[in-house]
Amino acid sequence: MTTLLSVDAVTRRFGGLVAVNNVSIDLRLGEVHAVIGTNGAGKSTLINMLSGEIGASSGRITLDGQDITRRAQHRRARAGIGRSYQRTTIFPEFTVLENCRLAAQAATPRPWAIWQASHDCAASNAAAHGALAAAGLDDVAQRIAGTLSHGAKRQLEVAMCLATDPRVLLLDEPLAGMGAEETERMLALLASLKATHAILLVEHDMDAVFRIADRITVMVNGAVIATGDPASIRVNPDVRTAYLGEEH
Amino acid sequence: MMRRLNQFLPLLCAIALAVLGPLLGPYVSDLIVKVMILSIFALSLELLVGMTGLVSLGHAAFYGIGAYATVLGSGRDGGSVAWLLPLAMGCAAAYALVVGALSLRTRGVYFIMVTLAFAQMAFFVFHDTAVGGGSDGIYMYIRPALGALDMENRSVQFYAVLGALVATYGLLALIRRSRFGAALAGIRVNEQRMRAAGFPVYGYKLGAFVLAGALAGLAGFLLASRDGVVNPELLAWHNSGEVLLMIILGGLGHLRGAVIGAVAFTLLKELLSTQGLVGPLADHWQLTLGLAIIAFVALLPKGIIGIAGQLRARA
Repeated sequence: MTTLLSVDAVTRRFGGLVAVNNVSIDLRLGEVHAVIGTNGAGKSTLINMLSGEIGASSGRITLDGQDITRRAQHRRARAGIGRSYQRTTIFPEFTVLENCRLAAQAATPRPWAIWQASHDCAASNAAAHGALAAAGLDDVAQRIAGTLSHGAKRQLEVAMCLATDPRVLLLDEPLAGMGAEETERMLALLASLKATHAILLVEHDMDAVFRIADRITVMVNGAVIATGDPASIRVNPDVRTAYLGEEH
Repeated sequence: MMRRLNQFLPLLCAIALAVLGPLLGPYVSDLIVKVMILSIFALSLELLVGMTGLVSLGHAAFYGIGAYATVLGSGRDGGSVAWLLPLAMGCAAAYALVVGALSLRTRGVYFIMVTLAFAQMAFFVFHDTAVGGGSDGIYMYIRPALGALDMENRSVQFYAVLGALVATYGLLALIRRSRFGAALAGIRVNEQRMRAAGFPVYGYKLGAFVLAGALAGLAGFLLASRDGVVNPELLAWHNSGEVLLMIILGGLGHLRGAVIGAVAFTLLKELLSTQGLVGPLADHWQLTLGLAIIAFVALLPKGIIGIAGQLRARA
């Protein structure tokens, strides 16, 4: 399988604290790669480094073989890395459609073309409608995003990622705070996106992770203690003592 | 029907002003010219505060630089509008590029402080050096002209300022509905999401900042052409504060709010400093103006433009 995003020994220090320590993972097309670990294990910091929100202290990140370690966040996004945040990050005062259209316009920004109305942009309208259909939000397209349920807002955030046509999705706890029905819908969405995307999933819902993940990486105190398929992670003694043991 | 009418209201106001222009007495006409210039200034700040979410407390610097450039650029024989206007807007835009490039690396209250600091720097350059006649300011020998567009002529002045206001309003209205405007609105609401979607947020903010500076420079050019004199007070921080008050008073997030705010602020100031209306309190108009603005902001959190909505919500 093709490796899209390759992370080679990245480390991030905040002063004396090593938040992410020498982590290497590969994200492949057609795979959901889950990263699990207790709070403070460095999962969000890892996503922030991959999306370009913060820089890496050392190590190398490549997308399609191109070094993007020093690239700014918006350029990585344009190169195909979409992300969602642990805290829902949408435009609450715009409609659902406007949220997706604006995200899609990153591909055709043309800021100088002030005589063209934003809502007339055919390419971004098409991308927005496509993303809303994929995320199952087309019937609420005209709703103000801030009035959606928590679960629908999380779905909208994923739809906004899709509207930018990414190949790599970095999802930070997309299931947090969701009810059973909403969780099922999100898992179905992720399963449908798998074939055409490389997905990194940070998630605390272990049942969901073991159901959907093709590969799991376990982090403790910023370092990776195990990587493998769900079955091998489940029986890994280190993982059991360090992490799963507390819950199961 | 009502909605259509509402949509064309700004244009109708402009046409009404154009028709009524020749009928107005010199005092009223002069007051309207002043308010229209302040409206352009307020609109330029609305692009930053209301449309992009950047609260600047140094916007008077660009206004003042535009005015100074106009006076300093016109020699003893006066100058042509054709190059004094680009000069004024260009100088203001150039300073905005420097200030923006540095200040936009900060945010929130730090951004307010940095823009204020840069404006004070420009203020003291004109105040304490001989560049523009020091603290007394400097006079213009002859007002700018270009053929029939002669700013010495009162009624030409009126129509030139009205035309500039319509052009500024129209430009910003176009920007608001364009992709550039949508991106600025996105930055105002959620900058993080804009970056994650792939927008070069810093470049967009800098573009808005420079454009706002250039438009403030246009207002400065018109002011210098009207008054024929400039002084460092134009760049002072209380001038930056006043224009910020105007757009808040009128209602943030609406172009007409900026214009309404400029009108309301100027009228309030004019009324509260008129001996015949408020008696001896007229000498203390700053106090009464301050109290009036506190009352306005407390009673009308969405500005004057929000009154209709507030009444509807109560009904």
